[in-house]
Amino acid sequence: MLGLIVAAALVAVGCGSDDDGGGEAASNGGPVTIEWWHIANNEPLKSVWQDAADQYTADHPNVDIKITVLENEAFKTKLTTTMQAGKVPDVFHSWGGGTLAEQAQASLVQDVTEPTQDWIGDLNEAAVGLYQVDGKQYGVPYSLGMVGVWYNTALFEKAGIDEPPATWDEFLAAVEKLEAAGITPIALGEKDKWPGMFWWANLSLRIAGGDAMQQAGEDGSFDSEGFVKAGDELKRLIDMQPFQEGFLAAPWDGSGGEAATMGNGRAAMDLMGQWAPSTFAANAKDEKPPELGWFPFPTVDGGAGSAGEQFGGGDGFAIGKDAPAEAVDFVKFLVTSDVANKAGASGAVLPVLKGSESSVEDPNMQAVLDTRAEASYVQLYLDQAYAPAVGAAVNDAVQGLFAGKSTPEEVSKSIADAAAAG
Amino acid sequence: MPPRRDSARLPAPAGPAVDPPHRAVLSAPARRLSRRARARRRWATIALFLAPALALYLLLVVAPVVQAIYYSGFAWSGLGSLDNFVGLENFKRAFADEVFVGALRHNAIIIVLSLFVQLPFALATAMIVNARVRGRALLRVLFFAPFVLSEVVTGVIWTLMLQPGGLADAVMPVDRQWLADPGIVLYTLFVVISWKYFGFHMILYLTGLQQIPRELEEAAEIDGATKWQVFRHVTLPLLGPTIRISSFLSIIGAIQLFDLVWVMTGGGPVNASNTMAVYMIDRSFQRFQFGYASAVAVIMLVISLAIALFYQRFVLRRDLDGALTSMGAR
Repeated sequence: MLGLIVAAALVAVGCGSDDDGGGEAASNGGPVTIEWWHIANNEPLKSVWQDAADQYTADHPNVDIKITVLENEAFKTKLTTTMQAGKVPDVFHSWGGGTLAEQAQASLVQDVTEPTQDWIGDLNEAAVGLYQVDGKQYGVPYSLGMVGVWYNTALFEKAGIDEPPATWDEFLAAVEKLEAAGITPIALGEKDKWPGMFWWANLSLRIAGGDAMQQAGEDGSFDSEGFVKAGDELKRLIDMQPFQEGFLAAPWDGSGGEAATMGNGRAAMDLMGQWAPSTFAANAKDEKPPELGWFPFPTVDGGAGSAGEQFGGGDGFAIGKDAPAEAVDFVKFLVTSDVANKAGASGAVLPVLKGSESSVEDPNMQAVLDTRAEASYVQLYLDQAYAPAVGAAVNDAVQGLFAGKSTPEEVSKSIADAAAAG
Repeated sequence: MPPRRDSARLPAPAGPAVDPPHRAVLSAPARRLSRRARARRRWATIALFLAPALALYLLLVVAPVVQAIYYSGFAWSGLGSLDNFVGLENFKRAFADEVFVGALRHNAIIIVLSLFVQLPFALATAMIVNARVRGRALLRVLFFAPFVLSEVVTGVIWTLMLQPGGLADAVMPVDRQWLADPGIVLYTLFVVISWKYFGFHMILYLTGLQQIPRELEEAAEIDGATKWQVFRHVTLPLLGPTIRISSFLSIIGAIQLFDLVWVMTGGGPVNASNTMAVYMIDRSFQRFQFGYASAVAVIMLVISLAIALFYQRFVLRRDLDGALTSMGAR
């Protein structure tokens, strides 16, 4: 009786409205507990965070830090249910954007504009902006990643592609060359839907432009010309059948998935964020995954978006409504001290502390960082930028395009309808 | 209700004015009291044993149902207060959404296929392992084994086998995208569901078959009935109660279908394998439309309840008050 179980979960949440009073602003040196939820459930970042917490509590004997480590999806579910009960961890992972805005509206997170004003300028502006709602700061970033095309250098060489494509036409030509050489051009895990959404979003960013995407987020104008044209271009790519067999049932991570296809050298390109290389490696059968290169998403001739507009997203922390003042100080320690360099050097993070970029050693990650440094605008991942229902509608609609079930017009219209329904 | 044992049924107590014939009469009031005490104690026992289960039932079943019905009237994201009452709008929206209606249709297809393909298959295997064939003990274990696996494990195993280049492609004569083709994914899932559950229904039928007195079938054979006639007119009617129960479990299971779909396809591609339960979870925990998802949960509850009540009233009634052999005698 699944319905009953879910309903039971809802009622269980509804009942638990008691307050544990974890740390009511007791900031005059008295003992405080900071409850910290993060999602670095894998090494190396997990240890970096643990060491940072240990160091902070050693320096501040009155502070006790209770860490809860959760896997991505589990974190989202647990945070939602806890928040429905009116409880919020003191410091918790946040991707900023629309979700943070909703939490701010429900007064579940603290406005930290004032306590952070002295040092927030030390961080990358685009990243900081993702954590602002109506000009107020509701969180602090520690990483800002970017989506681009990861490619298998050996397969590019085999197909005779000397230069990574810079424009969409060059990109489509590269796809043709790869196909002619008998190589699967692109790996895609469309079971998860969001990997396909990345293609639509990047093309929309190039053709409709960042302003139009922001505008659409506010008034739902996803049916304007730019978005339909982006769908047309994506359909051009899809019609070339560049993806691996069975991509509609393949996940991003896991057996037979997108990352496994790339990690085992069975496809040449993958549009993905900075976390891709480590996931490729984790899904590779051999010890040594293929050699990789990276290039930013190609520009589209005649499109409204410039090369400086990028698609990506941040990782950061929000401060819960009942958190003590020490929580903000702890977050400051996490993002502005040497911890940022350690996180950067671990390869798991693209740090946002100005000057800490040099701690990143991997040349591909450096390429991502160089592109980020020149970015004039960062479009946040759509499922974070827009209301969750709109983000999910984008994923669904675009999957229809990949499956050949809907036209670019229908894709735009169904997203606009979902946005209008709220 | 336990039978009533109150004082009215007992002989009138002997008053002190009446000459006591012997001591037993004297002790009658005392015995009556002790019966009352015993009745009280019995009620206390019932209450004691019932209370924990009843409390859990109220807390974990009734209260959430009531709350889901309440939530279903609101447009609610799960955060913040319930202040946007929309009446029956959520229900209207569900039935206007082709994705939900599609999910409902997929549930119906699974029910029909289960009843007319999976259960007959389970009955056939039960007949086989009930006959005196070599290694039937081993066969029983083999057929029943998939039922022991969890749905998630089943889903992962089959996903691996159904991948392009997986075991299914190696074994099957045709090369198809079993999970990636929207046209066949639902039927692929049905095969996996049947693989997992036919063993359970087979065991039910097997116990049913073993309760049929061998003499009845022998008598029919002596009267000159063919094997088919024996099966059709003796075995099948006597299996009636088992078939009705197993059909019921199969229907309810098909309505609630979730785990396997969630693990193997997530309801896709393009909603081609969506079910009501998958739709509900997607709308609640992925899209944060908890009010709307509650309405979907209520729709599922109403459908399940309607089928359950109808089934009990019209199909299972005979089994509930009839003896096994009266079925065959009819």
